[in-house]
Amino acid sequence: MNSKVVAHAHNSDAADILGFWLYIMTDCILFGTLFAVYLVLHTSTSYGPSLKHLIDLNYVLGETMFLLLSNFAFGLAIIASYRKKGFMTSLMLLLTFALGLAFVFMEVKEFIHLVHEGYSWDVSGAASAFFTLVGTHGLHVSLGLIWILVVTMQIMTMGLNGAVTRRLTYLGLFWNFLDIVWIFVFSVVYLFGAI
Amino acid sequence: MIEQLIFGKLSLDVFPKDALTLYLGGGLLFSGFIAIVGSLTYFKKWRYLWEEWVCTVDHKKIGIMYIVVAFVMFFRALVQAMIMRSQQAIAVGPGHTGFMTPELYNQFFSEHGVIMIFFVAMPLIFGLINLVLPLQIGARDVAYPYLNSLSFWLTAVSAGLIMITLMIGNFERAGWLAYAPLSGLKYSPDVGVDYFIWILQVAGVGSLLAGINFIVTILKMRCPGMTLMKMPIFVWASFCSMLLVALAFPILTVTLALLALDRTMDMHFFTQEMGGNIMMYINLIWAWGHPEVYILVLPVFGVFSEIVATFSRKRLFGYTTMVWAILSIGFLSFVVWLHHFFTMGAGANVNAFFGIMTMIIAVPTGVKVFNWLFTMYRGDINFSTPMLWMMAFFSTFAIGGATGVIMAVPPIDFQTHNSLFLVAHFHNVIIGGVVFGFFAGITYWFPKVFGFVLDEKRGKYAFYLWVVGFYVAFMPLYPLGLMGAMRRNYRFDNLDFQPYLIVAAIGALLIFAGFLCQLWQLFYSIKHRDRLRDKTGDPWDGRTLEWSLSSPAPFYNFAHIPDVSKIDDFWYKKQEWERAGGGKPQNTAYEDIHMPRSTPYGFIISVLAGLFGFSMVWHMWLPAIFAIVSIIIAVVVKSFNLDTDYYVKASEVEEIENLHFAEYKS
Repeated sequence: MNSKVVAHAHNSDAADILGFWLYIMTDCILFGTLFAVYLVLHTSTSYGPSLKHLIDLNYVLGETMFLLLSNFAFGLAIIASYRKKGFMTSLMLLLTFALGLAFVFMEVKEFIHLVHEGYSWDVSGAASAFFTLVGTHGLHVSLGLIWILVVTMQIMTMGLNGAVTRRLTYLGLFWNFLDIVWIFVFSVVYLFGAI
Repeated sequence: MIEQLIFGKLSLDVFPKDALTLYLGGGLLFSGFIAIVGSLTYFKKWRYLWEEWVCTVDHKKIGIMYIVVAFVMFFRALVQAMIMRSQQAIAVGPGHTGFMTPELYNQFFSEHGVIMIFFVAMPLIFGLINLVLPLQIGARDVAYPYLNSLSFWLTAVSAGLIMITLMIGNFERAGWLAYAPLSGLKYSPDVGVDYFIWILQVAGVGSLLAGINFIVTILKMRCPGMTLMKMPIFVWASFCSMLLVALAFPILTVTLALLALDRTMDMHFFTQEMGGNIMMYINLIWAWGHPEVYILVLPVFGVFSEIVATFSRKRLFGYTTMVWAILSIGFLSFVVWLHHFFTMGAGANVNAFFGIMTMIIAVPTGVKVFNWLFTMYRGDINFSTPMLWMMAFFSTFAIGGATGVIMAVPPIDFQTHNSLFLVAHFHNVIIGGVVFGFFAGITYWFPKVFGFVLDEKRGKYAFYLWVVGFYVAFMPLYPLGLMGAMRRNYRFDNLDFQPYLIVAAIGALLIFAGFLCQLWQLFYSIKHRDRLRDKTGDPWDGRTLEWSLSSPAPFYNFAHIPDVSKIDDFWYKKQEWERAGGGKPQNTAYEDIHMPRSTPYGFIISVLAGLFGFSMVWHMWLPAIFAIVSIIIAVVVKSFNLDTDYYVKASEVEEIENLHFAEYKS
């Protein structure tokens, strides 16, 4: 079970990455709670507008594609980092950033559109739950975008050293996790919501 | 406009108008602050404080700071408890309203609960785990030393914020869990609930990070040979408790965030109208709140398991069953939350399920109690103070557990719900379990941290006052609850209650006297520290690895990472040394030791987080944005610094170890 001692704890990849996995688990519970809240409240429209008629599935599919493609670009960045190609890694990270930014941009635009249509977060419990769940995901993606920029900067200044590679791994876990959460948002909120 | 963005709702009107809070709380706070700043300047200790404590990443120092914070907050909440007990003892019968307004009384019990759970019990847990756990698994530090410092400072800053509520604005008045809709904007329009939300968010992030930190420490940093089933029970118990932290605290974060959105963004999660769902708040808060109870008590079970084995000079009875009992309690803690609100009306079947699950928890707990009893059976028992606390824990916790099982029966719960019977029950398990456990643990491990044992005689005075005080203060609440006295009342009409309430107030006074005795014990022991010095590093004839070190443990913990082959390995090694006719042997082949560097970022980020919380409370949007941006900048700047550790020279290690062995041999 414990054959290897981690004497230099603060430099050990195995320990550090386990910690990040645990963080992802806690974030998973956070989203799980938000999904539970959404499922409890999604019918509580309180005579206000319902999301059903406001959802444009094609638009959301476009949004989804941007996020999935950004994850693909991130995969390319990881491959480049394995080959120790710093420039290529940074380039692919910037592509990831651009695609992620397009996703956030589309989401914000959708929110503005919904508010214009009278579906604001304060009209009902269902609306509150919708904006909070989708918004929390968007906030995570936005923080991920800042993180991508920081890691790109570190690759450019410090090169692909141990610490930077490790951070790239964390970022990968985080970015993949957000994709998975989005798949659930897409299915539970948008697909079921449109039925 | 701009001053609105900077100062938000802050104005000169926010200082409390209530004389009691202002003079008592504010005066104490202010004079304490002046005294600390004054003495630091007078003794020129600022640099020392900054370098040795504020920036430290040494888990033992962080542990000490956690415990100091806990005791400061303990003092405040204990004083509040006494004031409430006196109020209730006086304000009985028609026309008697005592000396507190209902609003102030509401604020007092809300603060008392929040402080006792979040700023006494939680810091005590993290403090004790910090002090002991790395030593017990033969590690030189925790997995993430910088994160550890951040966790502590987040807790400390939020404790500071709750102190600020005495002076600026007021704290909430909706009970320690701030049930919606009472905590919504409609019924609690002032900043009290906002303070509650943001203080707990800041502290909660600290707890969550600490939880992750210790899980990784336990899984990845055990010394060679220490497989999971050879870990000391305290490590197992802490592991399970930290798992619960990681699983439960995100729920608290979400719940409080939703309440904050309700209050600031006009959303409708927990409002009474527009599709909000009030019972969802109660469900969510207890889905975190019930595991929280076990987060508090599991490490304490670990403490008692260590103590009972050491002071009975016997191997712990039923190690494996103990581990499984801890794990099953951890699991069950997630499927019983509804027993906090049987009266919600979820239906007979739902209530029956949760009632039965609750009763089942008594089974693994019973297993533990019998394991401890069998460990003592035919043991060579040494009745030092830690063991006395253990004995008091047995009886007290058993009574508390029994009343818990009684209330787990839904029909009975309908009678006792929200009565003083319940108040008596949870104080019975939390004081009898958690608090006694920490006193036992702190007495037990004190020499390992400070190098001298605590004075036994004063410790025993404190023990008797606490235990007697506890029974006098809380036993009357059981009959009171059955007679129909409800909790959270600032006064009662029924004169029959008064004798019980007076007895309870006397009990509170005894408890306070016990607390003062502990302070006396501490100062007395510091004064006589040379006589009480622990030269061997093993004052209790201990069984686990921490006792193989000098007292106080050196900052690098282990000069040589130990190698163990069984449970209580150190105990058997000691017997081998004895048979060989010598003491602890000194391995003189020292090497350089890799250690983490101190860093101020934990402190800086926490202060910014505190500023963020305070700004959110008062709707000071510009400072809030400033704080968030600064936190991000601080994290990014820190990430560019890769020079986070250094080597302690072998010669320095040798010097420190030689000192210990010279003292050990004398």
